[in-house]
Formats: sequence, structure tokens, C-alpha cells
Amino acid sequence: MPGVTHLHVNGRTVSVDADGDRPLLSVLRDDLALTGCKYGCGQSQCGACTVLVDGSPVRSCTRKTGTVGDAEILTIEGLEREGELHPVQAAFLACDALQCGYCTPGMILGAVALLEKNPAPSDAEIINGMNGHICRCGTYQRIVAAIHEAARMLREDRA
Amino acid sequence: MKVTTDSAEAVEPERYEFNEFPAYHFEIDRRDFAKLLGAGILILLVARNASAQESRNRRGGDRPAAINAWLHLGESGGVTVFTGKTEVGQNIRTLLAQAVAEELPIPFESIRLVMADTDLTPYDAGTFGSRSTPDMAPQLRRAAAATRETLLDLAAAHFDCPRSELSLTATGVVRTASGATATFADLTNGSQLTLEIPEDLALKSAPDWKISGTSVPKVDGRFFVTGRHLFTSDLTLPNLLHGKILRGPALKATLTDADTQAAESLPGVTVIRDGDFLGVTAPSVHLAERAIAAIEATWSRQTQPSNSELFALLRKDAPPRPAGPEPGEDETRHDRTYTIAYIATAPLEPRAAVAEWVEGKLTVWTGTQRPFGVRRELAETFHLPEDRVRVIVPDTGSGYGGKHTGEAAVEAARLAKNAGRPVKIVWTRSEEFTWAYFRPAGVIDITSTVRKDGRITGWAFDNFNSGRSGLRSPYDVTGQREDFHPSPAAPLRQGSYRALASAANTFARERHVDDLARSVSMDPLAFRLKNLTEQRMRAVLEAAAEAFAWGRQLADGRGAGLACGTEKGSFVATCAEVAVDRATGSVKILRTVTAFECGAVVNPEHLKNQIEGCLVMGLGGALFEEILFKDGVIGTDSFATYRVPKFRDTPPMEIILLDRKDLPSAGAGETPIIAIAPAIGNAILAATGRALDTLPMALQELQS
Repeated sequence: MPGVTHLHVNGRTVSVDADGDRPLLSVLRDDLALTGCKYGCGQSQCGACTVLVDGSPVRSCTRKTGTVGDAEILTIEGLEREGELHPVQAAFLACDALQCGYCTPGMILGAVALLEKNPAPSDAEIINGMNGHICRCGTYQRIVAAIHEAARMLREDRA
Repeated sequence: MKVTTDSAEAVEPERYEFNEFPAYHFEIDRRDFAKLLGAGILILLVARNASAQESRNRRGGDRPAAINAWLHLGESGGVTVFTGKTEVGQNIRTLLAQAVAEELPIPFESIRLVMADTDLTPYDAGTFGSRSTPDMAPQLRRAAAATRETLLDLAAAHFDCPRSELSLTATGVVRTASGATATFADLTNGSQLTLEIPEDLALKSAPDWKISGTSVPKVDGRFFVTGRHLFTSDLTLPNLLHGKILRGPALKATLTDADTQAAESLPGVTVIRDGDFLGVTAPSVHLAERAIAAIEATWSRQTQPSNSELFALLRKDAPPRPAGPEPGEDETRHDRTYTIAYIATAPLEPRAAVAEWVEGKLTVWTGTQRPFGVRRELAETFHLPEDRVRVIVPDTGSGYGGKHTGEAAVEAARLAKNAGRPVKIVWTRSEEFTWAYFRPAGVIDITSTVRKDGRITGWAFDNFNSGRSGLRSPYDVTGQREDFHPSPAAPLRQGSYRALASAANTFARERHVDDLARSVSMDPLAFRLKNLTEQRMRAVLEAAAEAFAWGRQLADGRGAGLACGTEKGSFVATCAEVAVDRATGSVKILRTVTAFECGAVVNPEHLKNQIEGCLVMGLGGALFEEILFKDGVIGTDSFATYRVPKFRDTPPMEIILLDRKDLPSAGAGETPIIAIAPAIGNAILAATGRALDTLPMALQELQS
């Protein structure tokens, strides 16, 4: 696969010099120092590496960088707006929906994408939508509550 | 070797908790340290010699040898606390800050905890065994209280007035009547006042707490939700190289030959071989991976057991046992065997380390629960005195008992020594599943007798290999006997896991107790209460049963079960309702209620979070987690083959906290895991009449 010379990340175009076969996770973390996305399994099994590509959640550990093209990548580092937490980030704190925090960035981006598609999800819709994310600390019940809370905050923002 | 429960406390610590003391350790030079901190008040908490000696004699069964902590109040009002504890998601950083804020009226944000840095923090045996809350939190409160008292003494001299006329503020001391103030800087006046205080200074009791006992949010939560927190695997240093280790095709395989020419021809790649150790360094992770893949190695393997032989192996070397209880009149005898599979902690952040050598001194950043233990490991490996090794633990992507060791630290340090540059190693998921250690597998035999009226009359409990934690039955049985039999033939590397063996021992006991209750046609709750005098256990059982509406009629195919247990000074009872589909053998947990009591509650929200986490982790071990292995190869080395609980597996969990402000706070990150598996097993029994006596439970047996 040809080399990749630039990527659109968090609203900016950045230069890279990366083999297109390399996983996006590796380029984001090692070349661009965006370490918010985490290595958890390398096999798309845990969701810790989740980033958004054109708004859709992508497991960056198995996504080849050369296939991203001109798409917009959003990592956890790009989610705040002018120092303000995104409602999903705020809701995770409000609901204490984390322990060690290692799965949290991927979990939050997964939730952002879910709420983008479905602004008022049911419990079952959240559970099915998020089931590919592993929280080994077991904070699932709190994450479901946080996503409901974030949905409420987002609806208020729009109103 | 056989160890009985009564004498074991003095003889052998829990054998699977890695907690040996270092052979030697060097104190930090206090003068250097004091210089570093500057003007203000420095409080050193010193353990009494007697208790330190006692701990040492017990070889660290529970408590660290010399519990001490350092606290510094700077002239600008910032508090810096130094403790060797590690943050692994249990929120001890928040809880310890609460302890300081309880005694000093300074803003929460002004309290900084320096944790788990062997050059800066006092020696600590490690973060395990639920000791941080009962030991370290009171220590820090004492240090903070001593700081407050010192300030009041200084202010009394400053204003030349009685202490009763003074009160503390966030910035200094105010004389109540006149409103005159003295800042911290006015009081210490550019000098550093150093005080050593005893560890048994009196403290205000839980009912008077203002900050402890409340749900203070995670102190640096914002760093985690924004991705700014740097875990070990996120760290970088100038000139950093990335390392990879060549792993053998099976456990215990030895390296006989390796052709590394192709690997060494890759740009910037260096290969290091040292006995069976073969690693590479490269300027990037992908180059390091390519280099490892390019190595042609031959290995010598030895034949090793497979999981099908596991339980026979664990019993193989056990000594003859005394005869179990014989049934008397109106009594029946029950013999059952329970088996426990190997399982993995599988922390989401795999083992990682960054190592750097500067002028003969080694510094390693790594995620471990035992920074000082890893320092010793490194010192021994590289033949260094411990003061030439520094271990720093960034707040870590969880451990659950699984990160007591320094494998990645040793590997990174070995590669960095050769490279003359810093090296980072991050284990892959497969490496974590294969080369870390496991919760010990086990076999448990129970022989019991029960009288027609529902009284347990005889109890013999033999645990092979899984461990002695939670071995002793809390039920009142005259002449009860519990023995632990280590298994030298245990095939896999085994070590600590959340709550150690008490999850296994509680599973066997509580499953068995339900069989006994059924045999005398008694309700499982009534049966337990009849045989229990321990009031704290009765209280959690009754609280959980009441909230669960125990005893209410359930639909066909559904069942309710309960279980209780105690460990590390806290008590738990869990009730579960399940639905069983006999056509497929699938089990759905519909709801759970857990009552937990750990003395005075310090942070209710974080405590509930820990309990929920324990329940989720516990249901994995109950229903599907199992390490499968064959001839030295771990077959379950990914999240695709080793199933951990996910969103869909998580039942609604109702948590009831019994806040005993009259009792000291016990640790709480472990015990709540022990009752969920037997509660589920007992619920399945109630729904189907089938007793499942293995962990994980063989749900396929439910298919009809």
C-alpha cells in the first residue's frame, strides 16, 4: 500500500510519513502523540482504540492508515470545545462511569457516535450499541446511565 | 505440606499473594528530601518498632512492615502527600485526599498526592489485600491532624494567646475575636519544621467526619475523560526506542538456536540475546514487530499437561486426610467436590514499561501494584543496590491483583542497558494472556453432616491448590476442619487475583450450604440464619434478602439464589434471580441485590462502583471465564477466545451499603466479588434442580 503523507485529525490537516499498511492506532499514538486512543487487544475485540472516522466509530487497531484517505478523524483529544467538556465526557464524570479509565476514551467516542445516530436510545439500544467495548473494571451499568444523562444534556443543548 | 487454619496465620501468608519483603531496602536520605520540599511543615509518620517487628515476623501476611507516610504543607498552603500506594482504578488517590482534607481545612484541589515512586515515597509492601483504606487512610489523617495541631501551636505563640481563640483557614490561622490573621508563611517563617509523630495519634471518629463519608468525585477524573492522563504505555522520552521480546512457542520452552541476520539488517534494529532472552530494539513499534517476525528460532519444548488433566494433577500429591464427619442420629452426610478453573485478570492495559539508564542508575516507569517489589526484582536482576534503581508507577490501567510483578520492567531495562537509550515495552494482549500469571485453579472437597432440624453438625473442607483465603466457614459447627493443600504439580504460573481464593472457597461453601438446606427442606435464607451467629453476616444477609423480596413467587424457569461471605474484615451477601432456557442451556441473570458492610463508609459512590465492578468480574468467573491450555500452549489468548463480561452480560445491580460508623473502615475492592458466583449457582439450582459445582459453571448440563 502506498505511503500516507497527511491525515485530517481533530479539525486539522497534519503531515505524516507512514506506511499505508500500518494500523491507524499506531500512527495516531506513535507518530502524532495522540495517546488518548489505547491499545487493548489489537484485534477489534475491546474498543479501547476507538476513534471516529467521518463520525463513525472505527477500531483504529485494525484499520489500515492507507484506507482513511481524506476522511475526518476525531480522537478523544479533539472532543472538547474551547476547554468545555463534551456532554458525554461530563456525563461520564457525573455518573462516575469509570474506574481505571483505560477504556474511557474509546467508550466515550463510541457513545458520541451512538448518540449522533440515536439521540434518545433505550437501555437495550445502548447495550447493543456499546457491546463491542470492554470495561474490565465492570462499570457498564454506570456507562449506560452516563449515556442516558448525556442524551438528556444534548437534547437540552438543542432545545 | 499441610497448613491448618488455626496455626497458619503465624506460619504461612496467603501463598498466592506476592508479598515477600525485600531482603534489604535503603531509606531515602531525609536531608535531601527535606531540601526538595522547602519551607513549611513536614510531618513524618513513624511506625512503632514493635508493630513493625511483628509484621516482619509474620512475613507480611497482611500488613506492610513499616507503615509510614510523609506530608508536607508548603507556605503557600499546598499540601503534598507521599505514599507508596498505587492507583489502579480503585480511586485510592481520591480516598486518601479525602483523609487529608478531613483534618485540614484547605481546598481539595490544593492536595497533591505523590504516589508509588520509590525515590520519593516511603517504603510500601504493595497495593493489595484491601489494606490501603484501613492502614494508609488513617495514617494520612494522623499526619494531617498533626499538621493542624502544629499550626495552632505556632499561632498560639505568634499571637501569644490560648489555642482556643484560634481557628484554621485555607491560608493560615485567624484569631477569632480580633479577626487578626497569620498566613502559613508567617507561622513557619521561611524555615522547615520537621516533626516525627507516632502512628497511634487519636483521630476524630466517623460520625464526626465532614469530607470522608461523602462522595467526593475522582480527583483527576477530567484527565481520564479527555485522554490527557498518561498511562505507562503512553509515556515517551527523548531518543526512545521500542522493544519486543521473542516468545517461545510454549511455556517453559528454551531457545536452542536463532538466526537474527534478517532482523538485524532492518534499519535501526538491534538484537540482544542473553541466554533464553532474545529481544530487539527499533525506532518504532512496527519495525520492532517486523524484526521479531524475521527471526528464525528453534526451541526445545518439554511435554506439559493440558487442562483435561488439571484437577487430577492438583490432587496428586496431597497427603492422606483425616476421616470426615460421620452422621449421628437424625443426620445425613453429604460429600461433594467443586472445581475451579484457572482464570486471568486480563487488565485492559497490558503490562508496559519504559526504562532508562543514566550514569549507572536505572529508572523504570511501569504499571505495577508493588513498586518496591519491582525495584527489588530489578536490583537483583541487574546486580545493583536498590538505591541505584527507581520505580515510578503512573496511575495504571487496572490490576485486580494481576500486576504484582515486573516482567515488562525487567525486559525494558535489559534492552535499554544494551541500547544506551530509553526503551519502551508494551505487551500484546496475547502476551498478557500467556506470560502473566493466573488465579490458581483448585479442587475443593466438602464432607458435611446436617441434622433434620437444619443444624450443620459436621464440616470437613479440603482445598487443593486454590488457596487459603476465605477457607474458614463462618457457620457455627463444632469441630469444623478446613485444610489447604498446596499442589506442587500445578501446571501454570499462578498468583494474586482479586479476593484471592475466597471467591473459590465461598463458591464451594455457599453452593454446598444450599444443598444442605434442600436436603432438610428448609429455605436457604432461614437455613443460613439458623447456623450463623456472626451479627455482621446476618445483617448483610437480611438486608439483601429484604431488598430483593426474598421468598416471593417466581415464574416457571426462574429461580432465586443467595450467598454470603466475609473476607478482609468486610461482609457481603448477594441475591440473584435467573431465567434458565432449558432448550439452549442459556442462563440470564435478571437482577441482583448486594448488601455490603465494610465498617464506616468513606466514599459511598466509589464504594458502590467497586462493588458493581466486583459483581461484573465475579459473574465472568462464574459463567464463562476459563483458561484452556494444552502442552504448554495457552489456547485462550485473546478476547475472542477468552470471554470477559460485556454490557449484555451485566444484570441490573442494586447495592445496599450498611454504613457502620462505629467500626473502622475496611478495604472494599475485593470482598464483594465472592458471593455472586454461588448466588447464581443457587438460583440455577432453584430454577432447575440442577447443582452446578464447577467454576465456570457447566451451563450445557442444563440442556434438557
